[in-house]
Amino acid sequence: MKAAVLVFPGINRERDMARTLKLTSGHEPAMVWHAEHELPAGTDLVVVPGGFSYGDYLRCGAIAARSPVMDAVRKFAAGGGLVLGVCNGFQILCESGLLPGVLMRNENLRFICRDVFLKVERSDTPFTRGYNAGQVIRVPVAHGEGNYIADGETIARLEGEGRVIFRYSSPDGMIDPDWNHNGAINAIAGIVNDRGNVLGMMPHPENHVEAEIGSTDGRGLFAGLAEALKKAA
Amino acid sequence: MKARVTVTLKSGVLDPQGKAIEGALRSLGIQGVASVRQGKVFDIEIEGGDPKKAEALLNEAADKLLANTVIENYRVEVIG
Repeated sequence: MKAAVLVFPGINRERDMARTLKLTSGHEPAMVWHAEHELPAGTDLVVVPGGFSYGDYLRCGAIAARSPVMDAVRKFAAGGGLVLGVCNGFQILCESGLLPGVLMRNENLRFICRDVFLKVERSDTPFTRGYNAGQVIRVPVAHGEGNYIADGETIARLEGEGRVIFRYSSPDGMIDPDWNHNGAINAIAGIVNDRGNVLGMMPHPENHVEAEIGSTDGRGLFAGLAEALKKAA
Repeated sequence: MKARVTVTLKSGVLDPQGKAIEGALRSLGIQGVASVRQGKVFDIEIEGGDPKKAEALLNEAADKLLANTVIENYRVEVIG
């Protein structure tokens, strides 16, 4: 795995992400500053981490999405390269047009910082091959704007094409408004683009990879990615 | 030249901030508020004096950055 972690002013989860990538793949990722026009040669995974790029000014992720490095990421994704966006990274991918829809203020208006349960909808993607379809994982969220919406036509297409990868659920996998903590439409927590090589998700799997933390449920995503990339190499 | 871009949420898009403001107005005892939608106003100073050019530039700015047209509408005014 030759991962590149993007760094924008105001991002604060890039080191958690880098640590997890190193831990799960054995390879140190490159940290790539937002003003760069190119990704390091040989990059096979781009990760857009969480945080508060540009202080969430204008709209979450709006300014980061227009930075020079994102043109390189667009080119990389158009060539089939794998892109993972977490939290603010998901917001940036939506704002940059790499993923459809938008993340609105949480329905209850509160910043939500706690563990949630996610139902993994599919296991046949490079991002979820470390899980079984229907499996429930416990990972943390920390966001004020995670309430996913898109127009009806886009939602119908996402659902019809099986592009909803993670949903907020109960511990036993029931999709229920009581467990959809931010009010996202259809309890959507993570989606992929039409080609399936760009994933955006609000929760932080990178924070549940070590037993000392109390859960290793996030590990499957990174271990699966490392395996998928090893196979491709 | 002075100009203004006003960005508003499309109708039908849930606006929790507007709802909270609506509730606060009610709790202040301000009567007769049926609903509140929150938007943004950008006051922009334009170089040069051609209003047609200014309008084109403002539309581009709104399309590319100031508004997210998935959920927002915008209005451009050249004030002069």
